[in-house]
Amino acid sequence: MRVSRFRENYIGFQTIVMRELVRVLRIWIQTLVPPAISMTLYFIIFGGLIGSRVGQMGGYSYMAFLAPGLIMMAVINNSYANVVSSFFGAKFGRHVEELLVSPLPNAYIVLGYVAGGVVRGLLVGIIVTIISLFFTHLHVVHPLITVSVVILAAVVFSLGGFINAVFAKKFDDVTIIPTFILTPLTYLGGVFYSIHLLPEVWQHISRANPILYMVNAFRYGILGVSDISIGSAYAIILLFILGLFSFSLLLLNKGVGLRT
Amino acid sequence: MNALSLHNLVKTYKNGTQALKGIDFEVQEGEFSALLGPNGAGKTTAIGIITSLVNKTSGTVKVFDYDIDTEIERAKSCIGLVPQEINFNQFEKISDIVINQAGFYGIPRRLAKQRTEKYLKQLSLWDKRDDISRTLSGGMKRRLMIARALVHEPKLLILDEPTAGVDIEVRRSMWAFLKKINKEGITIILTTHYLEEAEDLCRRVAIIDKGRIIEQGRTRDLLAKLHTETFVLNLREPLQQVPPLDGYAVTQVDDTTLEVAVNKSQDVNMLFGLLSQQHIQVTSMRNKVNRLEELFVRLVEGKG
Repeated sequence: MRVSRFRENYIGFQTIVMRELVRVLRIWIQTLVPPAISMTLYFIIFGGLIGSRVGQMGGYSYMAFLAPGLIMMAVINNSYANVVSSFFGAKFGRHVEELLVSPLPNAYIVLGYVAGGVVRGLLVGIIVTIISLFFTHLHVVHPLITVSVVILAAVVFSLGGFINAVFAKKFDDVTIIPTFILTPLTYLGGVFYSIHLLPEVWQHISRANPILYMVNAFRYGILGVSDISIGSAYAIILLFILGLFSFSLLLLNKGVGLRT
Repeated sequence: MNALSLHNLVKTYKNGTQALKGIDFEVQEGEFSALLGPNGAGKTTAIGIITSLVNKTSGTVKVFDYDIDTEIERAKSCIGLVPQEINFNQFEKISDIVINQAGFYGIPRRLAKQRTEKYLKQLSLWDKRDDISRTLSGGMKRRLMIARALVHEPKLLILDEPTAGVDIEVRRSMWAFLKKINKEGITIILTTHYLEEAEDLCRRVAIIDKGRIIEQGRTRDLLAKLHTETFVLNLREPLQQVPPLDGYAVTQVDDTTLEVAVNKSQDVNMLFGLLSQQHIQVTSMRNKVNRLEELFVRLVEGKG
């Protein structure tokens, strides 16, 4: 049985994605349950207890305003975490060599891991969305924008996780970026507030944060309100994808952190 | 056709260590070859370059005429690698490891499952197919890596110390398996510390030391270069002193054991004649060390 080169590569890609999905489901206690618990607490504490005293934001109740932000935050964190832990684990356990010795082109290896990250991000996103429905009513105004933005954002952070894993030499290196960069950027990226609440100078500074564009574009998809223009949000996201994918591919082609 | 040809292959690591100093090495299609050398000689580096796990500094590598600089994917498709260290996911099921590897080579899932069954059965791992890989014994882990390397049915199988640390029974069953697949047409290159393994299995041998190939050729021809062999003789009756055996270098190990060095110009019949004249009865005889080992030590130590 002879299959075309493209079909062979697609089978390779599909194998990585399936292996990632099996891994996510096998360790569901570590991958799917923690975000469900932490997001439920966010909804209860920030949305319910504090949010009821905040009043309206962007023309919606604080709980309704918060929900898209929390869903996007969960997607971002989990797509990043999936790829960084899985690829670093493969490097650490040396089973990344299974891929490196195979004829699967590097682009498909990156795409496979990214798709794995997107799958986990979306699974967690669905779980958090279901949880949010216990607290607020979500009427999706622009379904296409909602779905496309959440997938593209998951791609961006899966690529980020991949690059982090390539450079990581020890387990500590896997947590540095999420702790010191990703979490602050997410918290300051408009998940919990509209940037119009900030002084003008901080509004400008906030615009340098890519997560702001993703959160707002997603919120626009669900609620129809956003602090930034939807066109610039797509442009920024696509630019990041292009840049990060090219960089990931360059690292893999050079064998940075993988080949001596 | 050459299954593998290395030309002037050089590898210098970032710390300045020159692991390979321009090696030339060829393996014909269908051959069973060994790459021998002491630790740090450059064997694993050479294999790493051939299989794309190590970046070369300069030189050319061709696998079935596919240059790894220009046709890397085609070259990789021809190779199956059994590395020295365990490098599969220790938390995955055994069958999944082999099926996934087939997937990375673009083999459709149904065919991958058929081949997984075939090779796990051949390597006596089929009963363990649903076990998690970390629960396997050392010998089983080696066999799993062989099954994984064969699942895409490569034309060239490279084994880096495949029998290191496995018991003699497993080692011999592995040798039998490797001989069988070589007869079926797979070209095999192995590195090993067990020189008995290389002498028993390989038609060609290359000896590498300090990043250079210091000798290569047919095993038979290389062994012919060995000028002296040392035999250990076990005697029926204890001896009080070393018997005079004219022309032979004799060492008494203990009361009933002698070591006799026999060079190329002498023969063993003459030795036995001298022993008989002195009423010394020999109950058994063996080589002190494997012949290839003797040659290897002489070459590596520069004794020629």
